[in-house]
Amino acid sequence: MLISKQKPLEEILSYLEGDKNIFLIGCKGCAEGWESGGEKQVAEMKSTLQEKGKTITGSVVVDMLCDSVLTKLKLRAYKKEIAAADSIMVLTDGAGVQTVAELVNKVVHPGCNTLSSGGAHAEWKEAERCLECGDCVLEFTGGLCPIARCSKHLLNGPCGGSQGGKCEVDPNIPCVWQQIVDRLAKLGQLDKLERLVTPKNWSVSLISGPPVKSLS
Amino acid sequence: MKTKSNLERVIESKIFAVTGELGPPQSADPEVIRRKAKILKGYVDACNVTDGQTAVVRMASWAACLIAKEEGLDPIVQMTCRDRNRIALQMDVLGIAALGINNMLCLTGDHQKFGNHPTAKGVYDLDSIQLVKMVKDMRDEKKFQCGEAMAVEPRLFIGAAENPFADPFEFRAPRLAKKVAAGADFIQTQIVYNVDKFAEWMKMVRDKGLHERVKILAGVAPIKSVGAARYMKTRVPGMDVPDGVVARLQGVPKEQVSKEGIKLCIDIINQVREIEGVAGIHLMAIEWEEAVPEMIEAAGLLPRPKFVA
Repeated sequence: MLISKQKPLEEILSYLEGDKNIFLIGCKGCAEGWESGGEKQVAEMKSTLQEKGKTITGSVVVDMLCDSVLTKLKLRAYKKEIAAADSIMVLTDGAGVQTVAELVNKVVHPGCNTLSSGGAHAEWKEAERCLECGDCVLEFTGGLCPIARCSKHLLNGPCGGSQGGKCEVDPNIPCVWQQIVDRLAKLGQLDKLERLVTPKNWSVSLISGPPVKSLS
Repeated sequence: MKTKSNLERVIESKIFAVTGELGPPQSADPEVIRRKAKILKGYVDACNVTDGQTAVVRMASWAACLIAKEEGLDPIVQMTCRDRNRIALQMDVLGIAALGINNMLCLTGDHQKFGNHPTAKGVYDLDSIQLVKMVKDMRDEKKFQCGEAMAVEPRLFIGAAENPFADPFEFRAPRLAKKVAAGADFIQTQIVYNVDKFAEWMKMVRDKGLHERVKILAGVAPIKSVGAARYMKTRVPGMDVPDGVVARLQGVPKEQVSKEGIKLCIDIINQVREIEGVAGIHLMAIEWEEAVPEMIEAAGLLPRPKFVA
């Protein structure tokens, strides 16, 4: 169970600046349970964004967004709506956002912060996808998480040890910053990496925050 | 002048700069530092003092810097994000500036996995670019990272490292631009053995006009043996040692390899000097400080300028 909470609307709107047509995705698993991106929240977000002048090209709530096989099947039915969108807003935890980023060649915005896994991880068997840092940065990294997947948690990577697409710490680990650069290049968004990412707020993470996080 | 740094004076005078490197001991012995500093004095404009390089526990960089300064060097304190969060980093910045150290090199740091305490918890609260920005704001805005003001600012000449040989290659110059935007005054590069690739990177740097906004010192280092060359080629992350370099060392009798390694390094110094936008060299003769004087002399870089602080 991944516990997530919607980001403040202001932050969500700042991500969507310059984008007119949005496709919305939610999740019937954890995000439904935590009321951050279930059926109801996706419907609410749809009308909020419409009020703010956005066009919603379509929306879908997937049973388990972190299951990439299931999500791939489900998104197939929305090819047209996704193609018509400038970008995709995903209302769930970091694992779900990364599933969509891996499947779709569009900019993917995280609409939630992941607060905790509640002790269990999502459907990614091969690697950690979300470290429940509570301050999701996927907006700036092409939908690939440098907190969970970079050995040094770099926000302004890659470091000098990235070679041949691998991490210097272990040649079996892909360098996520190479993947981030590749993905943003493919999306024509390399300029996103020119921005200096400021020091992270670690007080909302399980690593250095209070041992029990509240949703309030 | 932003600081009292000798290195800044040399660079601002448009003199081709030379920095050296000094590794503190894995002990509390100050004599190791004094001995190395005495060799380097008069041959380098400033000298890096490493901060737990390769994540091995050694004497703290700032402490070794003080000893090196007593010996007449202008030390560059190295500081990594591996072992300190933003609170500790800022406390150390204030401390080193108060102790009269003029230069600081901001690094993310070698991962703890490579050192002699691989089970340690890495910190990485900031990355090197965020560290550069934080020190710049402390110096120029008199502000802590949290935004609070301070009375007396740390006057440090701010450096950062860059590896032209790491991947993705096409992103290395844009990443350098981020370091410049964050506030780096000078850059020291990874050791150059592949001069062609370095020249290609410098072209990308010039195309962005970065060589005019930051002073770039090319990293160079002599190789002592064929084994060392092979080791660097295959085992050290982020190093690019072309086959020709290994072959050149293999091509001489065994007792002449170290001499050839020095010659090779001098050749590289002469080559990088010709590349537009290279403002100096950073000579890393790690545990081979004795080689520095003859190399600097043979490269025609003597005498080093003298400034009255």
